[in-house]
Amino acid sequence: MVNDHMASNVAYALDHVSFSYSRGKHAESEEVLKELSCLILSGRVLGILGPNGSGKSTLLKLLARVLRPLTGTIDILGESLSSLSQLDVAKRVALVPQETLQVFPFTIAEMVLMGRSPHHQGWGGWHWEDAQDLAVAQTAMEELDVAHLGNRLVTEVSGGERQRAVIARALVQEPQILLLDEPTAFLDLHHQLDIARIIKRLNRERGLTVVLVSHDLNLASQYCDQVLMLNHGRLAAMGSPQTVMKPDVIETVYGCSVLVDRHPQSGRPRVSLPL
Amino acid sequence: MKPILDAPSQRSPSSAFSLERAIVRLPVSNAVPASRQTLTRSRWWLWVGAACVVTLLVFVVCLGFGTQTISYSTIIAVIMGATTGPSMELGSSDPTSVILLQVRMPRVVLAFFVGGSLAMVGVALQALLRNPLADPFVIGISSGAALGAAIALLFGLGISVGSLSALPVCAFAGALLSLIIMYRISSAQYGFSVYTLLLAGVVLNAIFSAFIMFLTSIADPNQAFGMYAWLMGTLTGPDWPTLGILVLYLGAGLVILGIHAQSLNLLTLGEETARSLGVEVERVKKMVFLSAALLTGAVVSFSGIIGFVGLIIPHAVRLVVSADHRLLLPVAGLVGGMFLMLADTVARTALSPSEFPVGVITALVGGPIFLWLLTTRQTQLGMK
Repeated sequence: MVNDHMASNVAYALDHVSFSYSRGKHAESEEVLKELSCLILSGRVLGILGPNGSGKSTLLKLLARVLRPLTGTIDILGESLSSLSQLDVAKRVALVPQETLQVFPFTIAEMVLMGRSPHHQGWGGWHWEDAQDLAVAQTAMEELDVAHLGNRLVTEVSGGERQRAVIARALVQEPQILLLDEPTAFLDLHHQLDIARIIKRLNRERGLTVVLVSHDLNLASQYCDQVLMLNHGRLAAMGSPQTVMKPDVIETVYGCSVLVDRHPQSGRPRVSLPL
Repeated sequence: MKPILDAPSQRSPSSAFSLERAIVRLPVSNAVPASRQTLTRSRWWLWVGAACVVTLLVFVVCLGFGTQTISYSTIIAVIMGATTGPSMELGSSDPTSVILLQVRMPRVVLAFFVGGSLAMVGVALQALLRNPLADPFVIGISSGAALGAAIALLFGLGISVGSLSALPVCAFAGALLSLIIMYRISSAQYGFSVYTLLLAGVVLNAIFSAFIMFLTSIADPNQAFGMYAWLMGTLTGPDWPTLGILVLYLGAGLVILGIHAQSLNLLTLGEETARSLGVEVERVKKMVFLSAALLTGAVVSFSGIIGFVGLIIPHAVRLVVSADHRLLLPVAGLVGGMFLMLADTVARTALSPSEFPVGVITALVGGPIFLWLLTTRQTQLGMK
C-alpha cells in the first residue's frame, strides 16, 4: 500500500490494526482500536487526540510494541514491527510513559543511563556502561537541563524534573522516533511550555519523528504538524491542525460544542469552551 | 538554575522537628555523594571487595564463639592447616579442630548461605513486584516452600529418593506455586498496589500454615516436635556433603539472578517501560521467578522459615550503597550472609548451653523495622 518512493518518509504504516485487551471470544466485542489504517510521516510531530478511552495510549503502546495488535500489521521505517526483536525496536523507538513511578532510590544519572541498555547485548542483559554511554547521557542531560541533578534521587526530585529526566532517558536510546504519552499532564504552565519547546526543538534540530498523545487541544494545535483524532477506537480525522480542529469535527468526537478561533501569534486554531 | 527547582525549599518548614523523620532522612539526603552518581567498575570492586573482607572477618569472629571459646589465632591456624595440609589427620586428632571444622564451621557457612540467599531473593522479588516490602517470608513464599517440604517429610518422600534430593524439590514446587499465586494477585489489579500484596501475603501465609498445622497434627509426636523446631527457623549443624548439595542449588539460582541484574534495574521502571527499553519481560520474569523459587525452596528445606532477612538487608544496602542491582545483588547477598552468621551466633550462644531458633532473632529485629518502614514511608511506597 506504500509506494517505494514514499517509503523513505514514512515512519509508521498501519494497515487495518485492531487491538483488544481481552483475548479469545470476547476480543472482538471489546476492541479498543478498530481497523485503524494510516501513515505517520517521519520528521514530523504528530499529535494523537481524542476523548478518554478512545484508544490514544493503546495506539502509542502498539507503536512502541509494548503491546501487539490483535489483527492487522504495523510497519516501522519500512520494516515489519512484529519481525523485529524487542532490542531492535528499542534502538529505533523510545517511549516516554505518562507517569514514571519509582519506589527505589536510583539517582537521576542512573535512570538516564538505563536508556543505553538497548545498545548493549549482554548475557541476560548484563553490561557495563562505556565512555560513549556516559558521553551520550551527559549530552542528553544537558539538553534537558537535568545535568545538575545527576546525583539526586529519582524519588526526591519534583515531577517536572523527573519528566525531563525521563525524556533525557528516551534521548540516550538514540531513537529515530520519540513517543510521548501526555508529556505535560502533571506539569504546571511553566514546565508545560518548557517540555513543549524541547520537543519541538528536538524535532527541528535532529529530525526526530515525534508522536505525542495529548488531552490539550491547544498544545497539540501549536506544536504538531499533523493531528490524528480517535473516537471509540476508530480514526475520526487526520490532517493538519487547521483541517482537523474544526468545531463540527470536535463536536462529533468529544460530544460538546466549542468555539474555534485563531491563535494571535501563530494563526493556528485555538479551541475555547463556550459559556 | 531556577531556585524553584531546588527540592530542599519544598520541604515543609512548618512541620515540627521529628526524630523519626530525621532518621529516615539521614541516609537519603536529597543528593547522594557525587561518587554514587553512576555505577563504575572501580566502585563495584570497592564495595564488593570491602563486603568480602568484612564477611571474612565476621566469619572468623563467629567461629570463635560457642560453648567453648576458641582463640582467633587457633581458628586461623586450623583453617590454614585444613586448606593446605593433610586435613584429615589434623581434624581427627585434635578436639578443637574437630569442633571447628566438623561442627561450628558447617553451621556458620550454612548461616552465611541462607542469609545471603534470602537477601538476594528479597532484592529480586522487590524489583519484580516493584515493592520494597516484598520478602519471601512476608508474602508467603517461604510458607509455600515449607508446606512442600512438610509434605515431603511426612510422606517419606525425603527418604525414598535419597534423603536430600526430594525435599528441596518439593519445597521448590511449593515456593513456585505461592509465587505464581502472588504474582497473579498483584498484577490482576491493573498497576501497583502495596496493600493488595501485603494482605494477600498474610492470607496466603494463613492458608499454608493451616495445611502445615494439619499435617503436624496427624504426624506422630516425635516427628511433629522436630517439625515445629524446623518451622521456626533453625540452623542445626549440617555435614559437609549436605552443605555441598545446598550450595549447588543456591549457586544455580544466584547465577541466574546475577546475570539478570540489569534487566531487574529496568523492570523497576514498570513492565511496559522495561519492554520499551528492549527487555524481553516475559522471559526475564520467568527466569527470576524460577531462581527465586529455587533459592527459597532450597533455603527453607534446610533451615525452615527465617523471616525478614530479605526485607531489611536490601533496604539498608539500597540506602547506603546503591539501588543498582548489579551492585545491590552481590552486596546484599554478602551483608545478608553476615547478618545471619551474627544472628545465629547470638542464637546458639546467648543462652548457652541451650539455644533458640535464629528465626526468633530475625523476626524480633526485622518485624519492628518492617512496621517502621510501613508507617514512615507511605508516600514513597505509593500508599499515601
